[in-house]
Amino acid sequence: MSSSTAARSKAGAASRSTAGVVTWLDERLGIGALTKKQLRKVFPDHWSFMLGEIALWSFVILLLTGTFLSFWFKPSMAEVEYMGSYANLRGLHMSEAYASTLDLSFDVRGGLLMRQMHHWSANLFLASMTIHMLRVFFTGAFRKPRELNWMIGLALLMLGIIEGFAGYSLPDDLLSGTGLRIAQGLMLSIPVVGSYISFFVFGGEFPGDDFIPRLYTVHVLLVPGILLALITAHMLLLVYHKHTQFPGPGRTNNNVVGFPLMPVYMAKAGGFFFIVFGVTALMGGLLQINPIWMYGPYNPAEVTAGSQPDWYMGWLEGGLRIMPNWETNLWGYTLSWNVLIPGVLLLGVLFALLAFYPFIERWITGDDREHHLLERPRNAPTRTAFGVAGMTAYALLWIAGGNDILAYEFGLSLNAITYFMRVAIFVVPVLAFIITRRWCLSLQRHDREVVLHGYETGVIVRSPDGSYAEIHRPINPVRAYELTMHEQHTPVEAPAASDANGVPAPAQGKERLRSRLSHFWYADDVSKPTKEELEAAAHHATNGSHALEDGHGPASGNGAHLGIETSGIVGGQDFGLEQKPKAP
Amino acid sequence: MSDDGQHDTPGTGSNGAGDNSLLPIGPQEPLDNPGVPEHQPRPTDVDPALERRAERQVAAMFVVGAVMALAFCVAYFLFDPHPETGETALGVGASNLALGVTLGLSLLLIGLGAIQWARKLMADHEMIEYRHSAASTVEDRQEAIAAFQAGSEESGLGRRKLIRNSLLASMAMLGLPAVVLLRDLGPLPGVKLEQTVWRRGMRVVSDVSGRAIRPSEVPIGQLINAEPAVFFEHAEEFEGNELLNEKAKAAVIVVRMPPEEYTPYPARRDWDVEGILCYSKICPHVGCPISLYEQQTHHVLCPCHQSTFDLANNGVVLFGPASRNLPQLPLGVDGEGYLIAMSGFQEPVGASFWERG
Amino acid sequence: MVRKLSTRRRHPLAGFVVLLFALVVAGGLYSAFRPAVADESGKSDAQLIAEGRQLYEVGCASCHGLNAEGIITERGKNIGPPLIGVGAAAVDFQVSTGRMPMARPDTQAPDKPRTYDEGEVDKLAAYIASLGPGPAIPDPEYYDVSEATDEQIARGGEFFRTNCTACHNFAGVGGALPEGRYAPSLHGVEPIHIYEAMLTGPQQMPVFSDEVLTPLQKRDVIAYIKTLEDQTAYGGLELGSRGPVGEGLWGWTFGIGALVLAAVWIANNGVRAERKKP
Repeated sequence: MSSSTAARSKAGAASRSTAGVVTWLDERLGIGALTKKQLRKVFPDHWSFMLGEIALWSFVILLLTGTFLSFWFKPSMAEVEYMGSYANLRGLHMSEAYASTLDLSFDVRGGLLMRQMHHWSANLFLASMTIHMLRVFFTGAFRKPRELNWMIGLALLMLGIIEGFAGYSLPDDLLSGTGLRIAQGLMLSIPVVGSYISFFVFGGEFPGDDFIPRLYTVHVLLVPGILLALITAHMLLLVYHKHTQFPGPGRTNNNVVGFPLMPVYMAKAGGFFFIVFGVTALMGGLLQINPIWMYGPYNPAEVTAGSQPDWYMGWLEGGLRIMPNWETNLWGYTLSWNVLIPGVLLLGVLFALLAFYPFIERWITGDDREHHLLERPRNAPTRTAFGVAGMTAYALLWIAGGNDILAYEFGLSLNAITYFMRVAIFVVPVLAFIITRRWCLSLQRHDREVVLHGYETGVIVRSPDGSYAEIHRPINPVRAYELTMHEQHTPVEAPAASDANGVPAPAQGKERLRSRLSHFWYADDVSKPTKEELEAAAHHATNGSHALEDGHGPASGNGAHLGIETSGIVGGQDFGLEQKPKAP
Repeated sequence: MSDDGQHDTPGTGSNGAGDNSLLPIGPQEPLDNPGVPEHQPRPTDVDPALERRAERQVAAMFVVGAVMALAFCVAYFLFDPHPETGETALGVGASNLALGVTLGLSLLLIGLGAIQWARKLMADHEMIEYRHSAASTVEDRQEAIAAFQAGSEESGLGRRKLIRNSLLASMAMLGLPAVVLLRDLGPLPGVKLEQTVWRRGMRVVSDVSGRAIRPSEVPIGQLINAEPAVFFEHAEEFEGNELLNEKAKAAVIVVRMPPEEYTPYPARRDWDVEGILCYSKICPHVGCPISLYEQQTHHVLCPCHQSTFDLANNGVVLFGPASRNLPQLPLGVDGEGYLIAMSGFQEPVGASFWERG
Repeated sequence: MVRKLSTRRRHPLAGFVVLLFALVVAGGLYSAFRPAVADESGKSDAQLIAEGRQLYEVGCASCHGLNAEGIITERGKNIGPPLIGVGAAAVDFQVSTGRMPMARPDTQAPDKPRTYDEGEVDKLAAYIASLGPGPAIPDPEYYDVSEATDEQIARGGEFFRTNCTACHNFAGVGGALPEGRYAPSLHGVEPIHIYEAMLTGPQQMPVFSDEVLTPLQKRDVIAYIKTLEDQTAYGGLELGSRGPVGEGLWGWTFGIGALVLAAVWIANNGVRAERKKP
């Protein structure tokens, strides 16, 4: 009795002190109104909603480890003679950048760990941004009102790639110098101003003295600053729009169902930060990455087999490798298509396509409504097929970027891989598109079947007249609701070619194109069951089960088909199966 | 950041219809919304023993995490990171391994503990929050437009075209200083992309060692990664990156093949010395150094993008993305019998650029 | 005489004499007919060459020609290159690493378990060396790297990165060449064979002659390669020493894999109790 009183008074004291702190802050910052709304803000639970979080936490880890590295790294191309503790390079002339990276790796305790964590974290940062983007794309989360946040996300991805490449280039080892040489080649290929850009960027000839200090400023100040600002905007918009959710019982376009920020999501998101940090640290401790001491200092007359960029540049490298050797010479000027197209234009085209995709889709579908419920990829077959085709093209370029490694590891011919890829890059994505689209439509059909006729149990029964049929069991109402609450899309119809008086409508060609595209987009969609069809199916199932008792085999009249569990009318017991209690 | 802030718990009769500021999606759904399923308690909610166990689990993770953080500090002072004196464990550097594993486990256990706490012990009632349309209310928007128009009207921006246009002009002009200011980032290219240090009479010497080469020392099948002698004879002129800048253009490879296998262009008949040929080492695609020379096929491959050149046939492109042939350097022998260049390169080396022609 | 022998047959020393005689005969016979391998040093070069020629005719001539002149078909296909002037070093490299003899002419001769023992290789080498002047098997002082200093190793690294890494990769683990050919891994290769390969340029590998890359410089290169072989991976598992491709693969599988698993665990609502809260 007395102990519980003590506990109560303790709790009372705690809540009083909390109130005191909040009051103190509120009187100065006015945080009361904001905190009231946001502290118990609801976030929906789904694993795929945490992919972007990996990127967010990786960015924090990058800032922390990067700051540590900057205490020792010297961004200078001044030549020094290495006298550090790695014997195999002692006495060689190298840039201060490379020497200080060696010192950081071998003479600073924990320096190698921080370097490796920084590099792994960069790889994870870009990988998680990529899969987060794919999740957003395939579930249609980029639709109104989130188009601007989608574009911010793309800007983050693009800046992340630039930031990663800059970091890869800073140590001035043989691989990073080779990468910079290629980057210089790309700059030179730009028409008219290419050689000027190269000379301005490098402060003269390649490699010059200026580039690494300049790149360092870009890497530690400019790009991270922009990244930080864009991430803030990305998060603010996320809070404002509230997170999307997958459709389900009680989950509508008007609400968000989940757990509150405090305490559940603070613990889950905070815990995930430590998990991402921990996994990164384990990778830094267990898996060697970018062993620059093996590569040696940069020397423009040296190169190594297996010169590759980090994975996120690999697809551009692949483009460079499989591009035919086209070059145009006109009036004494050179246009290097062989470098310009894969090295400069490809990146621009991909990002432009992605950035405008929400608007392209919106125009084709004519859908101007707000969407907060996600679409299952199968319910947007054309979008999903475009996405898979894009991923396929990306993967092929990726593979082409490692063609020498593949050739060596699997005993293939380098040349054969390249010739294959030159064709495959056009053919395989088209195949992927067709297959994915058909696959999605089949899944739609399957969903419809399941809702109308129940799922296949794999149990075969023989009717008295000797025919066989598979028992279909009803699905539970929650599942049935999930499978039927998606949108039924209808294509946009072209307006009449001319009005009643025979006057041609303006901008008719554009509208007709739109209608044709819209039909392509939606016309093959399988119509989901209507209320009437569901009722008919339920009725049929009830009758069917009687039919079975009457001795008419289920095979004769689809009698074993029924859709959704209901409280009384139909049930598996009609077929002698036990019905397990289901969650409501 | 306005927010309705309405919360609801399931099972109170609401099926999420709520404040309907957004239109429902699509046509009428064929099935009625069954509403958020009723809350099911977890084992830890109903069994105090399990609850205590979960509590102990979480605390244990945090404690081991703390121990790991201490172990990190011990490993920091225990292991030497130096390559020669440092310890190894399992064939890898012990310092990095121990630091990474202790730090990783420490962080990981904090994370796992926090999430276990949230999953097992924190309240897990699903909540419903209502959305609002991203747009403001129609009144708010109209007021905003009106406010903007009033402000615009009061400034006279629309009426006073002279002011507006001159302001725009001066703002546009500010772009020029921003661009001009970058002018001194680097010198203009001039002819630097077209010239190398190679001159008539300059010896071709081995890279790294700087040894001059006699034709008799070059057997058939030989590859020499070579440089102009000036880098070694006048090393003082090529300090630091000055050397790298010139090396990036002037590096060459010298190969020897049976003279009968070599088919020069008519103008290049005397560019070899008894089957000894010299080509630029800088790939004309994007500038990687190439020296993957196959002595029997006389092909040379670029390891970056796999352009392949035929050195027996004037360096023509056989395969890959390069469109230019590998530039050739005419060779001769000086009075003392050493290999020399008979001229500079007769075309620019390295990657193509606009003015290259 | 016969009687004399027969009378002394039972002499106490008779058995000893017979044994001595038998030993002498057996020893003499052995010295006359023993296998040639046992004593090469006492043999004349001419003998070695002759025996090498016999081995050559059996194992090599079908591709390289009866007189090592090489065989090129009418359509220009090179069945086996001429071996005149390739020198003893080339024979030692090709045969000791098992590259020769090949089962059939192919784009590349991979190393495999050797088919000729050391003595046989010496004979083959002697025979080929007798056909024309060529590089000899190097002296151990040029490939014994046990005494190499740090300075020599660092210098060897410079030569290695300039001349070797383009094909054999920065870690010496090999790399791809056109049309399915490849530069093999240098790990586990005997120093003498690395030296001979540089000296003779086997298959597609170019020659690095002793005048251009001196024997001492070659030794430094070998010393550097040997440090690569048994170098500690200071940062953890090496992931195949193939640079960023392997790293990307591990980042995606191990890193993203582990984190996605964690995300699935975090978002999963877990088991529910059968009974209600009391």
